[in-house]
Formats: sequence, structure tokens, C-alpha cells
Amino acid sequence: MPTKTVTGVEVDVTDDGFFTNPDQWTEAMAPELAADEGIEPLTDQHWQVLRFMRSEYAEKGTGPTVRVLGKTSGVTVKELYQLFPKGPAKIAARIAGIPKPRGCI
Amino acid sequence: MSHRIVILGAGTGGTLTANRLRKAYGSDEATITVVDQDDQHVYQPGLLFVPFGLTHPEDIVRSRQRQLHKGIDYRQSPIDHVDLEADTVHLADGSTLGYDVLVVATGATLVPEETEGLAEWPPNVHTFYTVDGAARLEQALAELDGGRVVVNVVDMPIKCPVAPLEFCFLADWFFTDRGIRDRIQLTYVTPLDAAFTKPVAAATLGGMLDDRGIELVTEFNTGEVDGAGGKLVSYDEREVPFDLAVVIPLHGGQAYVGRSEGLGDELGFVPTDPATLQSTVKPNVFAIGDATTLPASKAGSVTHFEGDVLVENVRRFLAGQDLDATYDGHANCFIETGFGKAMLIDFNYDQEPVPGHFPAAVGLPLLKESRLNHLGKLMFQWFYWHALLPGRDIPGVGSHMPEAGKTTTPS
Ligand SMILES: Cc1cc2nc3c(=O)[nH]c(=O)nc-3n(C[C@H](O)[C@H](O)[C@H](O)COP(=O)(O)OP(=O)(O)OC[C@H]3O[C@@H](n4cnc5c(N)ncnc54)[C@H](O)[C@@H]3O)c2cc1C
Repeated sequence: MPTKTVTGVEVDVTDDGFFTNPDQWTEAMAPELAADEGIEPLTDQHWQVLRFMRSEYAEKGTGPTVRVLGKTSGVTVKELYQLFPKGPAKIAARIAGIPKPRGCI
Repeated sequence: MSHRIVILGAGTGGTLTANRLRKAYGSDEATITVVDQDDQHVYQPGLLFVPFGLTHPEDIVRSRQRQLHKGIDYRQSPIDHVDLEADTVHLADGSTLGYDVLVVATGATLVPEETEGLAEWPPNVHTFYTVDGAARLEQALAELDGGRVVVNVVDMPIKCPVAPLEFCFLADWFFTDRGIRDRIQLTYVTPLDAAFTKPVAAATLGGMLDDRGIELVTEFNTGEVDGAGGKLVSYDEREVPFDLAVVIPLHGGQAYVGRSEGLGDELGFVPTDPATLQSTVKPNVFAIGDATTLPASKAGSVTHFEGDVLVENVRRFLAGQDLDATYDGHANCFIETGFGKAMLIDFNYDQEPVPGHFPAAVGLPLLKESRLNHLGKLMFQWFYWHALLPGRDIPGVGSHMPEAGKTTTPS
């Protein structure tokens, strides 16, 4: 299992950079994880999405898809793509320290 | 005391459930009531063939009511909402139905209005996911003599995730047959990172697109369908130009689910236990087919295999027994590949589609094109009306996925 060092702390991640243990994540890690994705600085709107991702994960055991995010997070799909270009669900999941959203079959 | 069973929807799942339950209970043991909004039962797999003139709308639509066995009450009215607390269904005609067990079988609906520019269906933008759309597309394809044809899945989930690929293969055959294939540029545009969701099948299907000169555009999240400008625009501002677009719109649960407090999730699907088919919203509510949140394809074959476990569990629930938790996600799809051939895939929650034979070492070839599979696909329509809906078992094919005949063991 690969690991990665964020804010000096070693965390477990998958090959494509998703946390495998969301409990290892702290809010302090988010700015550094975001910078790795080319997102700087994190705005309040970014945080609104990240906190939403965390709570959805805690409740349902999987992160939401972009479509569900657009319906329930208070941020529209268009805005989500402005905040997290190239795939809001995946990128926000990496920054929020939760596993890859399961998506659909 | 007689049980009151109410089934919402008389499509694939509602019809087969009602017919099987009618066999399981004598008329003094249970009343079975089925509700639907119209009397047009569409054999939906047939929609794929309509645009190419291979079948016609009148050949794939039958009366809903006539597919239901004697002793089943049929109520024709739109459903307004379900009151979960009062165990009551409210119909749009103002009447109400109380139940001991409710089975939700109202399927999925198309929501083109959630994609900019799509709900207007501009003249160069089509779909084959409805009877009217498929008929309109037939005309457009007959008149087309060249240009860029784009097939786009807006986002998952959709009904029958292989149907858009089959459309590409058939379009390749259709234009070749008409002698204009060299004047048509065919492109498949998907939100997925490959041609299909499951890796082994995705590689095979991707290779088949390539062989036929069909371009594949992946990870494209359509934000806008611009008919006048002739282009698809993604949320991350990529563009795919077209002269004719065939779009599979977003799917959701039915609007009444949203109006029924506590019944559905954000998209209007009913949260359902993947092994028992009991809803997680209330113990006396079950769900089957496209209406559920199961991590399985939204397909008629899935609905069919679910039927076994669902009917058994309704019976157990009403008898106060523990439920049977054995639905394994079994799905089985014929994939029409053009030129009189088709492929078969067979899979479940854990086992992805792999090569081999179905249902055992001697049988239909899996993940491989053959004429036999094409005949299988055509036979399916007969089977649908005469065996699947009436609730007859098929000899040799149970509801659980067979492992014999597959070239790898489940992971
Ligand atoms: C183009 C296409 C190709 C397909 N090809 C295949 C294939 O090759 N193989 C395969 O296995 N599957 C295929 N499918 C999928 C298959 O048709 C569906 O998965 C299956 O029909 C689902 O059954 P269901 O009972 O869940 O929903 P449905 O059969 O769609 O039934 C839902 C019913 O609920 C009713 N309803 C909805 N809302 C209300 C309301 N408010 N009030 C009253 N009634 C309501 C509807 O009128 C409808 O009759 C295809 C689908 C499409 C669109």
C-alpha cells in the first residue's frame, strides 16, 4: 500500500491518490492536498464542498457523484467544475481525504 | 386474513411480480393490485432496432393489462404519492389504496431538462430511449447522407448501459449497408474513462469500436447540447461537433417518489437492500428493477432475476419469517454488434463479464461475437412476452449467476 506525506504526517493512499483511511485526514492537510491538484487558495466555497463530501461519506460510506453534489451541496454543477476543474467528485474526494466515489454501474 | 399487496408500475418488474405473486397466493389469501398510468407496455430492448427500420413501434407495444393474470386488479391512473406512515398510496384520480406490502416497480425516467439545450430536442438532436424519439430518429437516419454522427451518454446511471454501444455498432452496419459509411464520421462520447464500466468487457468493446472506425471520446461530462451550434459542450469546456446527435439523457426516479416523504434518494431512486430487495426506508416496502439503488445494471434481465428473491421475500415477510438474502446481482445481456451478429455478457456484483460459455461449458459463447447470440437477442422478445412476464422459469437458467463455463473464477 503506497503512502504519502502530508503536512509532515504519513498517510495511506491508493495508487491514484485517494485516502484509504479517512480518519488519517485533518483539515490542516487540505491546503497542501489542494495545491497538489493545482488548486490555490482554498476558498469558502471549496470548503463548503469539502465539508459536504466528508459528511456524506460519514453518513453513506461513499462520496457523492457530481450530479448528487450539484443537487445537494448548495453549489451547482457548473460552479463545481469551476472550483475543481477536471472532475469535481474525484478531485474533491482526494482533497477531502475520502476514498474514490463508487459511482455507477 | 387476506393480505393486501399493492404494486406500483406494470412494466417489466411490476408485471412479473404480480403474476408470480398471484401463483403463490390463493385468491382468498391475498388481493393483488397493480397501478400504472397508461395501457402501453413497451418492449424497451426493441427501441434499439426502431431507428434502423429493423422493427416498428407497433411491433413492440402491447396492452399492459393483458399481460396480467386473472385475479389481479389493474388500476389505471398516475400515482400522486405514497404516504409511508399511513401505508397508503394516493392516486392522481383522487382514490387511495391501503397496503400491507408495497412493491415499487415504477422504473426510471428520462430527465433531459437537467441538461442545457436538451429538453427542446432541436431538429438535429435525437434519442432512441422513447418510442416517439426512436421513430423520429428513424426518419432522420433515413434522410442522412453524410456528416458527423455523435452518440452521447450524458451520465450514468442509464437503462441498459450497453444499448448506446449497440447503437454505434448498428449504425456502422446501417451506413455500410446504405453504401455511405465513408461519408459518415461516427463518434461515441461517454462520461466513463473507457467504453464500458467493467474492465475486461470495456477492453473488448473498445477494441470493437476501433475495428469499426468509431472514434471514442471518454471522460466527457456533457453540460450543454447546442443544437444550433452543432456541438456538445462539456463542463470542463471541451467541445465535440456534430451534424446529428443521438443523446441518452440523464435518468432519475419518477417524480412521485420525490413527492413521497422518505421514499427516495436525491435522484428519486428507492434505497434498497442489494441482497433481499427490501427497501431500507420501511420494512413493508420492497422495490424491483430500475427504480432501486442497487449497484447492478438497470436492465430487464436484472429485473427478471430479482423477481425470484423478491417474491420469496414478500411471502416470508407476510409470514413473519426471516428474509432470504441471496440476490447476487446477476445480469445477462445480449449485445447486438451489427452484420447479423451479437455478443453475450453474464455477470454479477462480484464477477465482471469474462469470456467462456453460458450457462455452462456447452452453451452460448460469452464476450465473443456470433450469429447464435444474434438469434438469442431476437428470441428474447418472444421470451419476454411469453415466459418472463408471465413468470415462467426457463429450464437451465436460474436466478443466480452460473460459474461453470466462465474462463476465470470470481475475484
Ligand atoms: C433503449 C433501451 C434498450 C434496452 N435494452 C435492454 C436489453 O437489451 N436487455 C435488457 O435486459 N434490458 C434492456 N433495457 C432495460 C429494460 O427495458 C428495463 O431495465 C426494464 O424494463 C426495467 O423494468 P422496470 O419494471 O423497472 O421498469 P419499466 O418496465 O420501465 O416499468 C415502469 C412502469 O412504471 C410506470 N410508472 C412510472 N411512473 C408512474 C406514475 N407516476 N404513475 C403510474 N405509473 C407510473 C410506467 O408507466 C412503467 O410502466 C433497455 C431499455 C432501453 C430504454
